[in-house]
Amino acid sequence: MTNHWIDLKNSDCILIMGSNAAENHPISFKWVTRAQEAGAKLIHVDPRYTRTSSKADLYAPLRSGSDIAFLGGLINHILSKDLMFKEYVVNYTNASFIVGKSFDFNDGLFAGFNAETSKYDKSKWAFETDADGKVKRDNTLADPRCVFQLLKKHYSRYSVDRVVEMCGTPKEKVLEVFDSFAATGKPDKSGTVMYAMGWTQHTVGVQNIRAMSIVQLLLGNMGVAGGGINALRGESNVQGSTDHALLYHIVPGYMPTPSTAQPALADYKKLVTPVSHDPMSVNWKKNYGKYAVSLLKSFYKEADVDTAYSWMPKLDAGQNASWLVMFDEMLKGKFKGFFAWGMNPACSGANSNKTREALTKLDWLVNVNIFDNETGSFWNGPGLDPKKVKTEVFMLPCCVSVEKEGSITNSGRWMQWRYQGPKPLGESRPDGEIMYELGQRVRELYKKQGGAFPGPVLGLNWEDMGDGHEFNAHKTARLINGYYLRDVEDKQPDGSVKVHKKGEQVASFALLKDDGSTCSGNWIYCGSYVDADAKKGNRAAKRSKEQTPAQANVGLYPNWSWAWPVNRRVIYNRAGVDKNGTPWAPKKAVLAWNAAGKKWEIDVVDGGGAPGAVHPFIMQVNGMGKLYGPGLNDGPFPEYYEPLECPVSSHPYSKTLHNPTALKFAGEKHNSCDPRYPIVCTTYRVTEHWQTGLQTRWQPWLLEAEPQMFCEMSEELAKLRGIKNGEKVWLENSRGKLWAIAIVTKRFKPFEVQGQTVHEVGIPWHFGWRFPKDGGDAANLLAPSVGDPNTGIPETKAFMVNVRKA
Amino acid sequence: MSLTRRGFLQLSATAALTSAFAGIGFAAKPAARKAAVDRINQLKPEWSRQTTTVCCYCAVGCGLIVNTALAGTKRPLNIEGDPDHPINEGALCAKGASIWQLAEGNPGSPNPRLQKVMYRKPYGTKWEAKSWDWALDRIAKNIKRDRDATFTEKNAKGQVVNRCEGLASVGSAAMDNEECWAYQAFLRSLGLTYIEHQARI
Repeated sequence: MTNHWIDLKNSDCILIMGSNAAENHPISFKWVTRAQEAGAKLIHVDPRYTRTSSKADLYAPLRSGSDIAFLGGLINHILSKDLMFKEYVVNYTNASFIVGKSFDFNDGLFAGFNAETSKYDKSKWAFETDADGKVKRDNTLADPRCVFQLLKKHYSRYSVDRVVEMCGTPKEKVLEVFDSFAATGKPDKSGTVMYAMGWTQHTVGVQNIRAMSIVQLLLGNMGVAGGGINALRGESNVQGSTDHALLYHIVPGYMPTPSTAQPALADYKKLVTPVSHDPMSVNWKKNYGKYAVSLLKSFYKEADVDTAYSWMPKLDAGQNASWLVMFDEMLKGKFKGFFAWGMNPACSGANSNKTREALTKLDWLVNVNIFDNETGSFWNGPGLDPKKVKTEVFMLPCCVSVEKEGSITNSGRWMQWRYQGPKPLGESRPDGEIMYELGQRVRELYKKQGGAFPGPVLGLNWEDMGDGHEFNAHKTARLINGYYLRDVEDKQPDGSVKVHKKGEQVASFALLKDDGSTCSGNWIYCGSYVDADAKKGNRAAKRSKEQTPAQANVGLYPNWSWAWPVNRRVIYNRAGVDKNGTPWAPKKAVLAWNAAGKKWEIDVVDGGGAPGAVHPFIMQVNGMGKLYGPGLNDGPFPEYYEPLECPVSSHPYSKTLHNPTALKFAGEKHNSCDPRYPIVCTTYRVTEHWQTGLQTRWQPWLLEAEPQMFCEMSEELAKLRGIKNGEKVWLENSRGKLWAIAIVTKRFKPFEVQGQTVHEVGIPWHFGWRFPKDGGDAANLLAPSVGDPNTGIPETKAFMVNVRKA
Repeated sequence: MSLTRRGFLQLSATAALTSAFAGIGFAAKPAARKAAVDRINQLKPEWSRQTTTVCCYCAVGCGLIVNTALAGTKRPLNIEGDPDHPINEGALCAKGASIWQLAEGNPGSPNPRLQKVMYRKPYGTKWEAKSWDWALDRIAKNIKRDRDATFTEKNAKGQVVNRCEGLASVGSAAMDNEECWAYQAFLRSLGLTYIEHQARI
């Protein structure tokens, strides 16, 4: 989330699309409802009429996977009716940037497409620069090659009639949504979006969000109260686990994983520190060299930084090691050992039969969890003979969250400290303790026996994560924040010198060094634990509701927990004020310049310096919000493509049916326009269960409310298939087969797509064969292993099935 | 009708518990009513300790209060929404309101939580209980054996990669920040590049 949960109350128009927040983030509705009570309009766009729709002022149905037609239509509506916030667009976005002559777009393909590799040469999309290397601009927005004109041209193809044709949304609903949301383009109004996996789990997932980001920039909704792009993250600490890079492509703090293209630290620093030729661009990433070196020192405190860098494992340049690729490689026998730590991939990964078969190729599996699950017990699962499965399995019991101490980071980037209540039950242990002890044992083995490339194993900074025997969350939190490794003299603005003593916590990432004198496990968390004394220094544990009247006005609690970065509660807030520092919406200001006191007030300013001194989007090399995004793998503008499995053979936007760069695997068939599988299927969750249900299925209170696998379908489809409410049905496609109890409901309606009737069904993904008996199995048995070309997130929200009576 | 606040709380707690247990036949038993009132009394500071926590499910980040018995089982007596928390103001959804059962299991039934290390040997047909010492030693040896066997200093093109090809990991957004950091550092020190988790799916 660029903003935070309480901030939803400040909105004039809330669009919930790609999410069923009332069901899956129920407490968010406390703040959505407050906005509605203050006069805001709530819009829900979704294939199914859900609990969220029931609370909405306006519900518009749309076929799963057709979101870009809808959002592209909204962009076109804003541009053709001149509803944008022009001052904002000209000064705060790249609308005025001139795109180079090599850019082109033709029949669904951008310039630079290589049909053999299914990849783009992105250099074809670069901006035109002047002799100093500065991007050329036309602030009149008239140049035919400026971003604004290209945007206008691109989305002129996205008519309302095409929205109706592809999404199956009634025309009057489309127009009402467009008019309502576009009305937030007035300077003092704000609109926000709440999205979740309904947008990300597509082969155009990133571009769904990009399309909405374009809308938000055109309407001036970024950086303001009640605005922003708000991803509703579904796991209590999936924000933190992403920040700390439990992902192949990044290291902590969103820096890229080193690859063979950067053999030495100097190459890596060059990669991560882009150069801006615009003096008004803060270009914050110019500091990444300091963060990279401080990160290396947090891993390997005693090693010199070049050695530490050589110890970081390198990807092959351009290598994809994301989830779907990992399981594809596992199936081919690449891996000997595998950890499924606090996860249940046998149910949570797309194409579960493939995932489950892949597990049989392992020599050993470590499954760490609170309950037995389909991953740990995979060898005993449906269709498998345990006597033929070689995999050695360790099932390690970890404890529940209330039995240990540490912090988690919510969707609004609040890092909140949790305390230990009871001690762990039975022989269960905190995850930290398990990994810490395992790490010590591996290190001991290398100490005693030597082995392959022992440097990083022996050199890892375990001493700052525990006391030699036990994991220590406070010590680790202090390491993540970072501290001085030797005495450091820092020059102050007034010319005096401040000495930071060795061992002292670093107060802010602005003070991190690239000479090896500081360590910081994650620069964005630098400032979270600023004194070794937990009472003084652990800001995640703060529980004060002290706030100024202006902060109270927008629901900002700067003294409750701590938010990254630097306790900023609304990121990009500098875009929420004009060049004089005056808020666009004075009645709900998040940031304001106090001219008399010469300081920023309310929130922590993005960037620093006086008003108008710098461009607002400090993380972008050019300082501007990106209407045109030349860095993505599938194009600088979102373009309409059908899901890899779809019910149509063409669409009106181009002859390119699917995203040509989507992640797919050789030999795997997709069921597009296959008469055997004519029904669109989508997946979702219910309040009473969580993810694969591995925690919630064991709780009688919750299981009683939602006991087994179901399939929601329209009355029309039920009639067509001769299915009655409550009957058992089979869902099937080329990957698998799954039973469910039919819920015949008015909540699903058939869609009219290109003049044809398209049926859609929906299934929850909470169930698995292990428990309860007769509860059903994983929805992902049916989902395809295809993914977004940028993230690799599988397309589990739109695929094709057949449904028949069991 | 006059009721003290405490009396009202006791009565309503009894009623709530009675209806919670109604389905399993405890409803009319006086012992259950007495147990409920005792549980309310146990929430007093002399019998239990209060700690704050944050919900383990979605990422709204709702605050909760945990009451843990100081004596006896030393287990949680009650877990409920934290009225001081600015986001949820004491409210919880069905899952958050059930965290007590996540920790404690179903009253009267064996707790289904894993409480021992379990092991399944290759081609085995059943689980065997093992000690932590045994399991961690064996996993450490497996890691070392397969890391040593698959560690690659240079790729096919002769470029330095210093990575372990034969091990992979998924998980976990369910861990604390400090655990996430420690885990990725451990994996990267072993040379893993196939590191993924919930955020990717």
